[in-house]
Amino acid sequence: MNRDIFIVDGARTPFLKSRNTPGPFAAADLATAAGAALLARQRFAPDQLDEVILGCASPSPDEVNIGRVVALRMGCGQKVPGWTVMRNCASGMQALDSAIANIQAGRSQLVLAGGVDALSRAPLLLSDAMVRWLSGWYATKTVGEKLAALRRFKPGYLAPVIGIMKGLTDPIVGQLMGQTAENLAHRFGISRAEMDAFAARSHARVLAAREAGHFGAHFGELVPLIDRDGTVYADDDGVRADSTPENLAKLKPFFDRKYGRVTAGNSSQITDGAAWLVLASSEAVERHGLNPLGRIADSQWAGLDPAQMGLGPVHAATPILQRHGLGLADIDAWEINEAFAAQVIACLRAWDDADYCRDELGLADACGRLDEAKLNLDGGAIAQGHPVGASGARIVLHLLNVLRRQGLKRGVASICIGGGQGGAMLVEALP
Amino acid sequence: MSPNFQHLELVRKRDPDGLAWLYLDRAGASTNTLSRELLDELAAAFAQLEADPPKGLIIASAKPAGFVAGADIEEFTRIDSAQGARDLVQRGWELFNRLARLQFPTLALIRGHCLGGGLELALACRYRIVVDEPGTKLALPEVMLGIVPGWGGMQRLPELIGPAAALDLMLTGKSLDARRAHKLGLADECVPPRVMENAARMLVRSGQPPRALPFMHKLLNGPLKAVVANKARQQVAAKARREHYPAPYAILDIWQRYGGNALAVPADDPASLEAIFRSPTAKNLVRVFFLQERLKGFGKDSDFALRHVHVVGAGVMGGDIAALCAFAGMTVTLQDQSVERIAPAVARAAKFFERKFRGDKRQVRFALDRLIPDPQGHGAARADLVIEAIFENLDAKRALFADIERRAKPDAVLATNTSSLRIEDIATALADPRRLVGIHFFNPVALMPLVEVVRGEASDDEALRRAAAFVRRIDKLPLPVKSAPGFLVNAVLGPYMLEALRCVEEGLSPETVDAALVAFGMPMGPVELVDTVGLDIAVAAGKALAGEAAAPPRRLMELVTAGQLGRKSGQGYYRWADGKAQKGAVGSIPSGLAERIVAPLVAAARRCVDHDVVADADLADAGVIFGTGFAPFTGGPLYYSPDSGKTPSGELSAGRLGAVVNAG
Repeated sequence: MNRDIFIVDGARTPFLKSRNTPGPFAAADLATAAGAALLARQRFAPDQLDEVILGCASPSPDEVNIGRVVALRMGCGQKVPGWTVMRNCASGMQALDSAIANIQAGRSQLVLAGGVDALSRAPLLLSDAMVRWLSGWYATKTVGEKLAALRRFKPGYLAPVIGIMKGLTDPIVGQLMGQTAENLAHRFGISRAEMDAFAARSHARVLAAREAGHFGAHFGELVPLIDRDGTVYADDDGVRADSTPENLAKLKPFFDRKYGRVTAGNSSQITDGAAWLVLASSEAVERHGLNPLGRIADSQWAGLDPAQMGLGPVHAATPILQRHGLGLADIDAWEINEAFAAQVIACLRAWDDADYCRDELGLADACGRLDEAKLNLDGGAIAQGHPVGASGARIVLHLLNVLRRQGLKRGVASICIGGGQGGAMLVEALP
Repeated sequence: MSPNFQHLELVRKRDPDGLAWLYLDRAGASTNTLSRELLDELAAAFAQLEADPPKGLIIASAKPAGFVAGADIEEFTRIDSAQGARDLVQRGWELFNRLARLQFPTLALIRGHCLGGGLELALACRYRIVVDEPGTKLALPEVMLGIVPGWGGMQRLPELIGPAAALDLMLTGKSLDARRAHKLGLADECVPPRVMENAARMLVRSGQPPRALPFMHKLLNGPLKAVVANKARQQVAAKARREHYPAPYAILDIWQRYGGNALAVPADDPASLEAIFRSPTAKNLVRVFFLQERLKGFGKDSDFALRHVHVVGAGVMGGDIAALCAFAGMTVTLQDQSVERIAPAVARAAKFFERKFRGDKRQVRFALDRLIPDPQGHGAARADLVIEAIFENLDAKRALFADIERRAKPDAVLATNTSSLRIEDIATALADPRRLVGIHFFNPVALMPLVEVVRGEASDDEALRRAAAFVRRIDKLPLPVKSAPGFLVNAVLGPYMLEALRCVEEGLSPETVDAALVAFGMPMGPVELVDTVGLDIAVAAGKALAGEAAAPPRRLMELVTAGQLGRKSGQGYYRWADGKAQKGAVGSIPSGLAERIVAPLVAAARRCVDHDVVADADLADAGVIFGTGFAPFTGGPLYYSPDSGKTPSGELSAGRLGAVVNAG
């Protein structure tokens, strides 16, 4: 990379678990609240941003270019462009990478980039049959035609298409995301007990980090939300102290019913949330007198078999390590987004598998073992939730906070992407 | 400008449809008011058009701000006789009748404010189009100046929208926005600015009959007038006494018995122009209007670009100030010790925005977006103005300002909302004490129009100007005061409430005392006011004002000791239920009771003038009226007071007022 990309600051909302009803905040509300609070603590004014880039996998129909909507709502002014990027689960990381590209090209100096999704507000869609019937109904003119149309109506037309199930199904291989995780569990022989143990550890780590204040005021990562009734949402609310391996073992497989191993308990939660980072060039740092927290030293995207999408982090992170002459052990901290416990465990197995590294990555030998003490130190999406578009930005932000807290230098944040991709970023903390 | 007009432009040539466009453009003024000269030119323009009739006439404003703001108030303050008043009414009445009689269709294209005589002009047209913008406001506010809409409003408005809605507008002076005006039938169309000329052109040529009143409204405006009038009279009586406020009663009488024609009322009738002219109320209300204009002028000389306000303290006061700032379009960071303390302020703000934006969901959302909870207080470093509204503790405030001064922008205004601490004592915590000013709000912030801008001994002039500009920006009235215990408003209220409590001590019931002062013209009795403020607050304020030595009334101390603190605890001098004082029967009111209780207030106001807490007696009156609700029809405590020993300021021309006609 020819120009330094500085991380000046970042913030996110609490991640709010979807409870089968529209959540208290729309996606734009979440992104606006976190972003306005973040901007209010900067040394520059919101209208000094060069652009706002927001990743979002499912903006609602009234905020399709949600990046622009939110830029205006945060008070960036009419002259700051805003746009939206979409790369499924990595939309937030894509926003960061798009900001990097524009800073690298010299088009932008100071960018607010992040991700958001409010999955609890994913729409219910009309079935194709219902849409066809409705278009016929609107064309009727006479009472006779209307009666005829009514006779053709079938109650089954009313069954909605659940938007989020569409989004979580791979359109190429026709498998649910959870079924791709089952593929990995099968391939690497990952047991249900291993997955549940991983999930329980995620919950325990989030609770410990919260107890220690690692999300809160000191790093400013979490911006509490207040709704119109004055209710405070201060913490990620999907975390459970009773998510022990024993309790998780009681859950039924969700995706491959009856015979599968992936349950709701060892998968990430369906959640609403937003995360932002302020990225700056060295010129912007100098001009505004900023104190950057870190750098994004490199980034990488990779493609792979959609049915094995959970291995995306292996394919995206490995080239970064190669470019910098680093081994797995040279990385001080890792954030691998926990879409599924099976999927993260599969990544570790793949790196440690000589055949996989040779056949799939073109390496001479296995990469080795990734020390789990360095992995997702404060838990991850299984406990906190996975508001699809937000997660890629959250793990970069939180990785930097982990590095700074521990006085460490180098970390990798990586995420698997529905559709068979992976994204990764190499992050360095500044003293 | 047409060659022969100073205040109008009449455009006839080149119009493809043969229409005439008459633009109102009063020379040398930013808004249109209907001066005598302008009315004369209108008459001349109508004469030209009568001689050579166009296919239609469209009347619009050439000003960027508004259609017509009303009559020229300055002009009618110079009226010095009842006959002069009658002449002025007659001039407008006949001119607008002439407009209504024109043989070709006429249309008023209303964009921005359309008030008083301006609305009466529009009512005389066959059609009205309102432009759907936030600035469009239609009203007949004459009653607020103690006068009546004598240029046809009392006749035409009930004919157009029915007497119930018309009387409501005329008796309260309240304004309608464009959509409400259209819904009520006051306007034929409500259109966005991009199509307003087209709409005017099409409607005036449409041949469409003028809007007809529905049958029921015709009955109410005809045979059933008495029913409507009696009901309205009862509603007026509940709010204002005829001896204090004759104008609303006159409006009802003139509509009911004289077809809305004020000129038809015989001079000996209590609703006559002569009777209104004789009453001091109109001249006093016009005086209050000018006092208000004077307060609005403070801060005008500052070019303070306010974008971001940081409020410290999310209690009722701080939270409401923050909401007001966000409502006015500023970015607001609201700081308190935890987000949980900020949350109730956000909930209150949401309700406030929903009320103020009347269901415009997007505006509500934008305002909420601008109100940013800031438990860490980051916003202080970015704000153009920092207001502190934390609890009244000197050490806490000193520590806070010492920290804020270090972090704030060098040119940010630093302000305290303290009511009982000395600004000077807080200011010495700053490296530069000149930066600190007082911006003192009153509860409830959303309703109280006055804000005291307090000059500490060291306060910098520019900071004070900016503070006043800020107060205007949130549409409040800034009153410059000097740092002194209680400033002006609390300094006059304290002795007044104390005297009232002494009367209770002497055996009068709270109900009797309060009734006497309500009859005097106060919006709320003093004992109920003590209950509303909170008995503990009253005791603390009393100590701050009078020193520890002054003995508070024994009953007051007993109630405070018993934890009976007034409205907030459910029991004080009154028992409170559902936010209302539960009052018993009123005893017989001793003569001179109200005067006895008001006397200490007047004396305190006088002291404030003598000690330069306020610059002059007019500002003292303005502050007491807008800060306490002191009976406006009196013109203010010092103006009304027979023993004040000072004549009112001549510059307002108030002594010669006797206006009875239209005003904006």
